Amino acid sequence: MSSEVRIAGVGLHPFGRFDGLTGTDMGVVAVRAALGDAGIGPRDVQAAFCGTAYGGVAAGHRVLGALAGTGIPIYDVEAGCASGGAALQLGAAAVAAGRYDRVLVFGLEKMPKGVIRSSFFAPWQESAGLNPAPAFFALRAQRLLAETGLTDDHLAQVVVKNRRHGVANPDAMFRKEVTVHDVLSSRMVCPPLTLFMLCSPNEGAAAVVLSRAGGGVRVAGVSLRSHLPGNVLGEESPLCGIDDTGVTPPSTLAANDAFAEAGLGPEDVDVVECQDTDAARELLAWAELGLCEKGGQAKLLADGDVFVGGRRPVNPSGGLLSKGEPLGASALGQVVELVRQLRGEAGPRQVDGARVALAHVIGRGANACVTVLTR
Amino acid sequence: MALLSIASSVLRVDRDGQATLLGGWSPTSGLRHFPLAPVCPFTGADDVTPLDLPRAGAVWLHTTVQAPPPGYAGPVPYGLGIVELDGDPLLRVVTRLPAEGIAVGDRVRLHTEEVPGPEGDPVLTWVFRP
Repeated sequence: MSSEVRIAGVGLHPFGRFDGLTGTDMGVVAVRAALGDAGIGPRDVQAAFCGTAYGGVAAGHRVLGALAGTGIPIYDVEAGCASGGAALQLGAAAVAAGRYDRVLVFGLEKMPKGVIRSSFFAPWQESAGLNPAPAFFALRAQRLLAETGLTDDHLAQVVVKNRRHGVANPDAMFRKEVTVHDVLSSRMVCPPLTLFMLCSPNEGAAAVVLSRAGGGVRVAGVSLRSHLPGNVLGEESPLCGIDDTGVTPPSTLAANDAFAEAGLGPEDVDVVECQDTDAARELLAWAELGLCEKGGQAKLLADGDVFVGGRRPVNPSGGLLSKGEPLGASALGQVVELVRQLRGEAGPRQVDGARVALAHVIGRGANACVTVLTR
Repeated sequence: MALLSIASSVLRVDRDGQATLLGGWSPTSGLRHFPLAPVCPFTGADDVTPLDLPRAGAVWLHTTVQAPPPGYAGPVPYGLGIVELDGDPLLRVVTRLPAEGIAVGDRVRLHTEEVPGPEGDPVLTWVFRP
């Protein structure tokens, strides 16, 4: 950032299933918490950026309206699973550029149960059954296993890790430990992915207040990138989301940008929150973000490096596998977790002495966002 | 009356029931793609010409779908995967496959398969089978 951007406050509505609550209701809870954490009111921000994929028209305006905070510019941002990251990038850039001194960035989602209907696909593709997201995740997982020698057991270990971490997170949906056996014997969804290896789309909201002055965790770098050429999920060639031979993955592009902006590298990172839509997605992310070489994931698991208490914990919040994934809120949920980690407020899941943190999301449209935070 | 193609821009079904996937080819990039796009999706070259794609290939990846995805009213389970079509250069297409009895490397051919269409009436989509 050309000018330092600080996170003055964070807030969250837990991720889960909340019958009777609207996305707006959850957004209000998260935003009020973030404003309260920053010690300000809804009229003390000069702009707002709201990430949501299914929130509908003017989702951000409904939240600000409920808080009597309208009149300011409100930007509703959609970038699939990276919607909250895109909102953060826009908000941080606006503050860094001097356009605003203080802005609100939040994300919210209330998603239907089961596999999500997406306007990404044409009606004929739905009719032909060419749109099941878990099947595409499964095909990518097969490629990962074939290319690296990783096994179903490693996929299960990722779930065991994240669910263990999630036990200590009161804002997570699943707070019960599972074993490798539990994961492998849960219902087969699309081989090789079992039910426990896939995150649940759900509901929730998260918010941060960004400020150009003052203290707090610093947004040292944030970047949103996409795939070129090709898409991740879809029927069209090129199928770079499944076979990225010769193509730099968007997560790597975003990480390179964010590290360059921060003047840091993967070796400097103390704690990571990364996209774990499914267990294979997390293992892919480790290599794409430079945490290990391709195939080096097995050693990080075996050595315990990626567990809380290890050398560089990944998904201390429990990840999406424990929290579920409310699309617009998930990226900012990661940022809220990492701010708490960097402040030393993470309780039993605290990563001791964390000074540099990385948040990563990737999803439809091959939108990837990486945020580097420092204290 | 013969059933219609699920998407006439993607799948042509002749009177005799013969199915053809409709792709594109760019002389500049030398690459094939599917479905037909206005420019080469790999390079952006704007000299794409329509190309009837080969009706045979080999299975590259395969998984099984147990639960119907949104908007799908056909039978489950069904197979979903990627077939490498015959010819050069390499072209991979996402396709329906049989749910069982399929392995990577299997030779498969293009067939039509009846499914409930976007409007509910039966239409023809495609499937690769041994």
